[in-house]
Amino acid sequence: MAGVQLLWRWEGFAVRRDQVALLSGRMGLTFLSPALLFIILFLLFPFVWVVVISFTDRTLLGASAVSPEFVGLRNYLQLFNPERWMRRGEFGYSLYLTLIFVAGSVAGQMGLGIILSLLFYRREGVLKEVMYTLVTLAWILPEAAMAFTWSAFFDRDAGTLNAILGWFGLGPYDWLLDYPLLSIIIFNIWRGTAFSMLLMTAALGSIRPSYIETAMVAGASPWQRFRDIMFPLVRPQFLTGLVLITLWTFNVFSPFLLTQGGPAFQTEIVAIHTYRVAFRFYEFGRGSAIAVVVMVINLILASVYLLSQRRQGVRAR
Amino acid sequence: MYRRWMAVALALVLTLAMAGSVFAQSVTIIARAVEGGVNSHIVTWIHESVFPAFQEKMRQQGREVELRFIQFGGSDEALKQQYALDLSVGAGADIMAFDGFWVPEFVEAGYLKPLDEVAGPGVWNWEGWAHIPEGLRGLLGFDGKVFGLGLGTDVRKLYYRADLFEQAGIPVPWEPKSWEDVLETARILKQRFPGSTPLQINAGTSMGEATTMQGYFMVLLGTGIHMYDFEQGKWIVEHPGILDALNLYKRIYVDEGLGDRRMQLLAQGREQSFAAFRDGRIMILAEGDWFWRSVVAPGSEWEPAGGRNAVVRWAPFPAKEPGAGYGGTDFVSISGGTGYVLNPFSKNPDLAWELLSFMFSTEMMLKLQELQPGIRIRDDVPVITDPVMSAMAEKLLPVSTVRPQLPAYPRISVEAQLMTERVITGEMTPEEAMKAYAEAVVELVGEENVIRVK
Repeated sequence: MAGVQLLWRWEGFAVRRDQVALLSGRMGLTFLSPALLFIILFLLFPFVWVVVISFTDRTLLGASAVSPEFVGLRNYLQLFNPERWMRRGEFGYSLYLTLIFVAGSVAGQMGLGIILSLLFYRREGVLKEVMYTLVTLAWILPEAAMAFTWSAFFDRDAGTLNAILGWFGLGPYDWLLDYPLLSIIIFNIWRGTAFSMLLMTAALGSIRPSYIETAMVAGASPWQRFRDIMFPLVRPQFLTGLVLITLWTFNVFSPFLLTQGGPAFQTEIVAIHTYRVAFRFYEFGRGSAIAVVVMVINLILASVYLLSQRRQGVRAR
Repeated sequence: MYRRWMAVALALVLTLAMAGSVFAQSVTIIARAVEGGVNSHIVTWIHESVFPAFQEKMRQQGREVELRFIQFGGSDEALKQQYALDLSVGAGADIMAFDGFWVPEFVEAGYLKPLDEVAGPGVWNWEGWAHIPEGLRGLLGFDGKVFGLGLGTDVRKLYYRADLFEQAGIPVPWEPKSWEDVLETARILKQRFPGSTPLQINAGTSMGEATTMQGYFMVLLGTGIHMYDFEQGKWIVEHPGILDALNLYKRIYVDEGLGDRRMQLLAQGREQSFAAFRDGRIMILAEGDWFWRSVVAPGSEWEPAGGRNAVVRWAPFPAKEPGAGYGGTDFVSISGGTGYVLNPFSKNPDLAWELLSFMFSTEMMLKLQELQPGIRIRDDVPVITDPVMSAMAEKLLPVSTVRPQLPAYPRISVEAQLMTERVITGEMTPEEAMKAYAEAVVELVGEENVIRVK
């Protein structure tokens, strides 16, 4: 049944493609040109500019702000200087933190998203409305206000989290000092779970109830129903969510509002690191070199996403 | 209907905007000062003294001027960032509150121009120059040129809680003669008040320049050296003195737990240290005179119970041993200076200078002294109202030194902060931290500009 649906969708696309062909190439280009112009102006041009600057010692302050010099690969060599790139506050260390941050956030957000969507699968009611509203609120509320709330939540002496743990005889813990990375991962999971929850809810909603009912009649346990029926059917959406969240989390900056990258650089994920080098130390040259490396990593992640999408397309055909 | 209202609103806005720009020349001032918050007295000074008096003066000349004060609530580092970004695109307020040690970087980038270039050679006709000692003109200067006017200078020392000292049986006035004296007192206090972290000497990057000035420099000067050798014009990157300084940090924060590492590492740590001093968890704190004038001033958020004048005392920061300080002194201090510069991209540079020089007139400076007595740059503006401030200035200005007024300094200062951070977190030993510092400084200024002393 699913195959038929997708086939129909595919045919719909084919028809549309014929219609596009009705336009002449020149007309097509005319329609595209405003968008292309914007992309060139605001994406392609800055990209090239950043690459150019990354080979100079340009700064915002000091003499090299006026007359930057070409320094070849120096900025890149400094980033990857094997003697110290894994030191706190250096690029390698920041990449390493980002890796943990992304892995923790993605696992937490996807895991929690699936659990929430399964808990409320085919259920309606006040509880679901309240839950979904709360989770979505966490996603849409303004960043700065949330970071402020969370620093109160994590506070050692008067924080909500320690108060709650205190009821169970635990703590108090000095979250932002002793477990800074864990703290910002928790913050980010809380912040972003809404997306995966909504995505997975929609995906689960597209499964025909008859499949599940048939399985139940056949005596499948809840775990078996999930493993053998639900998950395989929502796998494309799951993968999409996984790759997209990875991509976003890699570039996330908001933990800065909570920890400013500290203490002692232990939460300086790559976006914060770039910001510090470029806009706190005003070293545009080195900052650009970091940005270029980050862009390459992003391109790789994006290609993974696009490839997985294409594969799904092929499989569907 | 909706559209008509929009049109009316738009017309109104445009009229107002035009009215503002057509009838009056305008000048804008920016400073890190917020009403009821940080440097609140500056807001009061500008709004209640400077602006009304200047408006009146202009009115007498038949001129209409529009004056605006921008209250900046962020950190000093954030303000510097704002200036750098503003000036790099030719924007920003006409008169900017500026820290003296930022000047060289901005000048080299072409973001600041000498006063006489911005407002014309007429600036030298100002009556105030006769009252500003030659040596203090360069407070906001670089390469022999003057870019702004300094409000005054400051000194650094140890503040302590006399009430708690007495409870612990330590004689007041307290006069430590060496680092060991300070440590010993801290040990007694820690024992007497369990759970306290009695001694704080700033460290770490989170506190920014406060670490370098109130912390690292005070300790380093106590070993007899400076960050910079003024005679040879080179940076000292390896020296037994640096190791001594770092070892003191290690003893305070790592080995003996006399200080609270936490405040050095977390954001807002400096505010937390003020609160801890108020609450008696910190009893000895190295700070500048801003701490006395503003932080614990009567009525302020951080004034200890019992009142500043009764319970807060100060003592000179001792050198490692008597006579071991920079230049052979028994105790040490370092001075900075803040003030106001003219924005070279100002649309009304002449009016901006008129206002700036008016702010620094004897009359206005005396108004500022009433709000908050400080060590002022004009020799006709004494520190009359506060004997404590006078005493500090008298005792410490003679031994005080300054930072190298060089474009490389701010970045090297961050490396020094980082060096202390690496030691107090235990990430590196003092030897390793000094080596990493040397590497970083060499990368910034080149091997030919550093000195290594084994």
